[in-house]
Amino acid sequence: MIIRGDEPEQKELLKKLYKPGNYFMMGDEAIAYGAIFAGCRFYAGYPITPSSEIAETMARELPKVGGYYLQMEDEIASIAAMIGASWTGFKVMTATSGPGFSLMQENLGYAVMTETPLVLVDVQRSGPSTGQATKGAQGDFFQARWGTHGDHPMIAVSPVSVEDAFWETIRAFNIAEKLRTPVVVLFDGILGHTREQIRIPDPDEVEIAYRKLPQSEEEAKLPFGDPHGDGIPPMPLFGHGYFTHVTGSTHKENGLRDVYTPEVHDRLIRRIHRKIEKNRDVYEKYEEYYTEDAEILVVSWGVSARPSLGAVLKARKEGIRVGLFVPKTVHPFPGERMRELGKKVRAILVPEMNLGQMILEVQRFVNDDVLLKGVNKIGGVPLTVEEILREIRGVAI
Amino acid sequence: MKKIYSRYPMVKYLRQEALPTALCPGCGGGTVLNAFANAIDQLKIDPRDLVVVSGIGCSAWIASPYFLADTLHTTHGRAIAFATGVKVGLPDKYVVVISGDGDLASIGGNHLIHAARRNIDITVILVNNFIYGMTGGQVAPTTPFGAITTTTPYRNVEHPLKIAETVAAAGASYVARWTTAHVYQLIESIKKALTTKGFSLVEVISQCPVQFGRRNKMKEPAEMLRWFLKNSVPISKAKKMSEEELEGKFVIGEFVHRRRPEFTEELNKLIKEVQEKYVR
Repeated sequence: MIIRGDEPEQKELLKKLYKPGNYFMMGDEAIAYGAIFAGCRFYAGYPITPSSEIAETMARELPKVGGYYLQMEDEIASIAAMIGASWTGFKVMTATSGPGFSLMQENLGYAVMTETPLVLVDVQRSGPSTGQATKGAQGDFFQARWGTHGDHPMIAVSPVSVEDAFWETIRAFNIAEKLRTPVVVLFDGILGHTREQIRIPDPDEVEIAYRKLPQSEEEAKLPFGDPHGDGIPPMPLFGHGYFTHVTGSTHKENGLRDVYTPEVHDRLIRRIHRKIEKNRDVYEKYEEYYTEDAEILVVSWGVSARPSLGAVLKARKEGIRVGLFVPKTVHPFPGERMRELGKKVRAILVPEMNLGQMILEVQRFVNDDVLLKGVNKIGGVPLTVEEILREIRGVAI
Repeated sequence: MKKIYSRYPMVKYLRQEALPTALCPGCGGGTVLNAFANAIDQLKIDPRDLVVVSGIGCSAWIASPYFLADTLHTTHGRAIAFATGVKVGLPDKYVVVISGDGDLASIGGNHLIHAARRNIDITVILVNNFIYGMTGGQVAPTTPFGAITTTTPYRNVEHPLKIAETVAAAGASYVARWTTAHVYQLIESIKKALTTKGFSLVEVISQCPVQFGRRNKMKEPAEMLRWFLKNSVPISKAKKMSEEELEGKFVIGEFVHRRRPEFTEELNKLIKEVQEKYVR
């Protein structure tokens, strides 16, 4: 029996097993608990540092709530098994890190093409290649966006703390289910291994979304159609006698392959793009601090967002008019808001643990007269408040 | 005018809007599809209780899209891994993988071995035509020693993988090998594979006259079938033969048929135990 996550008996079970209140846990564990609260009952994965605690927590907790933990032979098998399970109705998740994420890219594209909801957590580590396997980094910003081949949209969310990891994981599941699409959670090894206090909520406080199912035979016969005009086809699950055909090749609305007709490919790919573009309200999320009167703006994401906030608070005490913009959904980038903010400031700093990735997205939305500067640090040690503050002072008059 | 295939008794199991098939004339894939449909028919399996998964290549097309069931056409080599997720979600359904040797034994070899080790209740029909057919006839890990392909234009200097033997050793519950010249035995084996709890593999040696036969002095499909018949050795007889005597022969028959704990059943048992312990 497939568990959706919103059943009253499941909520009772969660209340019983995980009493609401404050806990002290790692970011990786918070991701696992977030998934369980979101209704995830199928996890297939392959261990890799620094993501392994997600697998370990899922292996321990999933059976308690009637869910399945599968340790597959490699990362490719893990995402493949997830996609198979998602077509039977499960909410599914896997977690990996740099090299494993690379291996999953082909099937991530398959999930985009077949519109299969899934959540893929990338606990970023230093690279390229084996790099510093045990150290955190923010170097997979563009791997999340452009890692697979072809023209495709991609959604990625990025938590900024342990508690945020719990809630952002739930949000990732809800986006995946609402839009019938894979969602990447761009986490990192530093937050993954940080322990701090988080509040486990009452399950009733948690919004749970579930994929749209076909309401009639006709809808079920068009697993890739657009009956509601929102670009999101209802998903006919396997095992219900619909005789659904699913392929990663270009397909018509009925699922059958047609790789020869240009219009069929055009129609399919444009709809998949439109589905993401038109439903921005489902996934767009950012946080702002002191942006109303800011003349300097710090734009940061993930693990670098907190030292950025620390630096902004200190700079404010020194009388520097600086604000902070934190995209929580990093792909698609909140470009419209970035453009508005970019018009109001004269300098933008982008702290991140790489040699300049998200700064390229910021650059797309700001004018040339704005001073744009990266605050970059690599080597596996997070940016400090002082390092960012120094840069803020440097651009303040 | 009625389509010619409307007279075919198994047409009720086919996705007629997808016909005719893309398979070349003389391809063994049609025989495999026919044998599979007959096995389903004889077992009276409702196609609504069936999910067929396949990878990439000619043999992947045999049942997806042509078989009228839930069908999942996946990435190259990964069919068994996809099927693993499907089986966990639908433990009461028949989950079948039909794909080729290039797909399942080459790029997908790791998944094949580990699914057998796990003993998950999936039936795999592996169509072995010794060649990458759809890609244009390149050498495969199953290509016979000395054979000519587009990437071994002088001769193949690698040894072929013994798929059925490997999967039997990896722990499958049922393993058999037949050729497309042994249709009735093949149907019986598919039936046994479907009804055996646990991982089952039926390897079908199949003809590809276009990409393999043409380059190896067997351009007619019938020549390839005669080659299969002439060189097939029943497993009972093969046990008494030496390595040298078996060189270039096809060992046919049932390799294993046994009971081992099955993966999805064990998973569900485990969940029950854990829930009894932690949830009261």
